[in-house]
Amino acid sequence: MTEAPIRVGLFVTCLVDLFRPSVGFAAVKLLEDAGCQVHAPAAQTCCGQPAYNSGDRADAKAIAAAVIDVFEGFDYVVAPSGSCAGMLREHYPLLFAGDAGMEARARALAARTYELISFLTDVRGLSAVDATFPGRVTYHDGCSGLRELGIRAQPRALLASVAGLELAELPDSEACCGFGGTFCVKYPDISNAMVGAKAACVAETGAETLLAGDLGCLLNMAGKLKRDGVNVRVRHVAEVLAGMTGQPAIGDGEPG
Amino acid sequence: MSPPDRSFSENVRVAVADPQLRRAMHHVKEGFIGKRAKAAARLPEFETLRDAARDIKDHTLAHLDLYLERYEAEVTGRGGHVHWCAGPAEARAAILDICRQAGARTVTKGKSMIGEEIDINAHLEAAGMMPVETDLGEYIVQMRHERPSHIIAPAVHLTKDLIEADFRAQHRQFPADRSLSEVPELVDEARQVLRQRFLDADVGITGANFLVAETGSSIIVTNEGNGDLTQILPRVHIVIASLEKMVPTLEDAATILRVLARSATGQEFSTYTTVSTGPKRPDDVDGPEVYHVILLDNGRSDLLDGPFREILRCIRCGACINHCPVYHAIGGHAYGSVYPGPIGAVLTPALEGIEAAADLPEASTFCGRCEAVCPMRIPLPKLLRHWRERAFERRVTPKTVRAGIGVWAFFAQRPALYGFATGLAARLLGMLGGRRGRIARLPLAGGWTRFRDLPAPEGQTFRSQWATRGAARKGQRS
Repeated sequence: MTEAPIRVGLFVTCLVDLFRPSVGFAAVKLLEDAGCQVHAPAAQTCCGQPAYNSGDRADAKAIAAAVIDVFEGFDYVVAPSGSCAGMLREHYPLLFAGDAGMEARARALAARTYELISFLTDVRGLSAVDATFPGRVTYHDGCSGLRELGIRAQPRALLASVAGLELAELPDSEACCGFGGTFCVKYPDISNAMVGAKAACVAETGAETLLAGDLGCLLNMAGKLKRDGVNVRVRHVAEVLAGMTGQPAIGDGEPG
Repeated sequence: MSPPDRSFSENVRVAVADPQLRRAMHHVKEGFIGKRAKAAARLPEFETLRDAARDIKDHTLAHLDLYLERYEAEVTGRGGHVHWCAGPAEARAAILDICRQAGARTVTKGKSMIGEEIDINAHLEAAGMMPVETDLGEYIVQMRHERPSHIIAPAVHLTKDLIEADFRAQHRQFPADRSLSEVPELVDEARQVLRQRFLDADVGITGANFLVAETGSSIIVTNEGNGDLTQILPRVHIVIASLEKMVPTLEDAATILRVLARSATGQEFSTYTTVSTGPKRPDDVDGPEVYHVILLDNGRSDLLDGPFREILRCIRCGACINHCPVYHAIGGHAYGSVYPGPIGAVLTPALEGIEAAADLPEASTFCGRCEAVCPMRIPLPKLLRHWRERAFERRVTPKTVRAGIGVWAFFAQRPALYGFATGLAARLLGMLGGRRGRIARLPLAGGWTRFRDLPAPEGQTFRSQWATRGAARKGQRS
C-alpha cells in the first residue's frame, strides 16, 4: 500500500502572483521534488497584511477568514515568503482572539503553515538540492522570516548544496531593507535611506547575485540597485534552489 | 527652547538630507549594536534574566497601587515628601514651589526624561532660576538650546567637531589656543565649568531609574558621577519620576539592573549606581537636608488598563532606539517628541493623543528588531499596530489611505474580480516594462519610483498560468 500523498496548499502570495509567477513555479517544483502534491487554490488573493498593518482590522479579519476557508483542508500551507507565512502563523490567531470558533480554526491553520524553505528543511527533512548556480551570491534575511519564524540557517544550508555557488554573508544582515509593505510608499525618504544602506552592504560583498526569500524585499532592493545602476542580479532563493533561473532576474530585461 | 515640531514628514525630509546627521547616526549603528550583542552573549543567563525582569515589572504593574502606597509610606517615614502629580502642570508647580521656598538661584540637574516631559528647564528659567544640566550630553544640548535626541545619549546627533565649536564659543574663560580636539579634553573642560555649578547649587534635581517600594529609595545609574554630585551637594534634593519606575524590592532592582546597562551601552554595569533614601540622617556625613519626590502620572494610569499596558515595563535603556532602522535614517529630533524611536512612537500618542501623533506609529516597517532586543520583552510592533488600529477607528488615518485600503480590500475579497484586475495589471505593467524589465516612472506610484525603479511583472499572473497548466494536465490524463 502506498502512503497517502502529502497535500500542500500553495499560498502563492499576491506579489508573486502579480510580479513573478516563476517564483511560484519554482516553489511547486521544490515541493513536488520533496514528495508533495501541490494545490494552488484559485480562490486565493492576499494574506491581508496591507489592511492589518494599516490598522484596518475589520478588512484584515474578513480576508483572513477567507484564507482559512480556502486553505484549512490541506495537510500543510506553504508560502514562498516569510512575511506572508508569518502573517498566517503568528497573526491570524491574534486577529480572532476572543472568537473561540474562528480562533481555533486560525490556530489549526497556523500550526500547519510554513515558509517554503523552512518547510523543505524542517518538515520534509531536505538537506540538499540538485541545482547548479555558479558564482558569488549574497543572501538577505527578510525580517518576518528571521524574527517571527526563526529562519536563518535553513536557506543557507540548502544554498550550500548548490553546485558552484559561493555564499558571501551580507554585513549588517539583521537590518531591514526598508520595504515594509505600504511603508515604502508612505515614507519614501526613510525607505530610501534604509534600502540605500542595504544596497551599500550588498556592494560590499562583491556578490553578482542577491537572493532573499521574500518578493517584497526583493522588489525593493532590485528597484534601488537598478535605479542606481548597480550591476547585481536579484532573484528569489527558490528560483536558484529549483534550478529555474532561465528567466531574466528581477528588474532585468531580456539580454541583448 | 522651541516647542516640538509636529510636521513629521517635513522633519524627515530635512533629516535624511543632513550629511552631518548621517555621520552621527553611523556611530550609533557601529557603537551600540555590537556592544549590546557582545554583552548579551557574554552572560549565559541573559535571556532568563530578560524573562525575570519582565515578570518583576508585570507583577509590580498588577499591584501598582499597593507598591506606590508602600513607597510613599517609606519615604515619608524617613522624613521625605511625596508629591502626587497628575500632569506636567502639577509637577512643575510643585517643583517651583520647593525651589522658591529654598530661595534657589542655581538648580543642578541630573539626566531626566521626566524633566523633558514636563519641560522643567524653561519654567525654572521663567521663574528667574538657572537650571544647569550636569550630564555631559545634556549639558551640550542645553548649551545649544536643543532637546535631547536620544533618551540615554542626548547629544548623539552631534559630532565632535560641532561640540568643539560650541565649547570655544561658550567657554570664553579658557585660552583661545587650547587643544580641544580629543574627547577627554572636552570632558575635562566641561568638568571644570560644572564643578563650580555643583558647589553653587541650592537644589539638585535627578530622575530615577527605579523607585523601590520596600525602602522608599530611588536609584539612578550614570557613567559620569554627575548624578551623585547633583543629589548630595545641594541642600534640597528633588527626585522626579513617573509611576511605572516602581519595583517592589532592592533585589528586584538588582535583577533589572543586570539587563539595563547591557542592553543600553553594552556595559555590564553603569559606572555609578546610586541609591538615595530620604534626607541626610544625623549620623550621615553628607546628603541633602530636604528630600522631595515628584511622582508624575501624566497618562500612565490610563495605560495600565488597556492594550498599551506593556509599554509601562520600559526601563528606558534605549536598545529599541539603537537598533531601529528608522531612527538610524532620521535621528531623534525628527520625531518631534520627547521620546524618539519605537518607544517614543508608542508613548507619544499616549501622552499627546493619537490625533496629534498619528504619523509616529506609521513610521515603522514592523521589522521587529526593537522587540528582539528589548530587555523587558515589550512587543513594540504589536503596540504600534494597536495605535494604527485606533487611528483607523477614529478616522485619523488620511482619507487617501483609507480609500486605497478600502478599494484594495474590496477586490481582495472577490477572487474572480481580483484575478481579472491583477491579470490586467500584470499585462499592462509588463508591457510598460518592455525589454528593460523595469519601470522608471509611473502615475500615482511616485512614492515608489522617486528613488527606485519598479521591476516589471513577467506578464501573466501565477493564477492564470496555473489554471492553464491544470487544464493541460487534465487534457493529458484524459
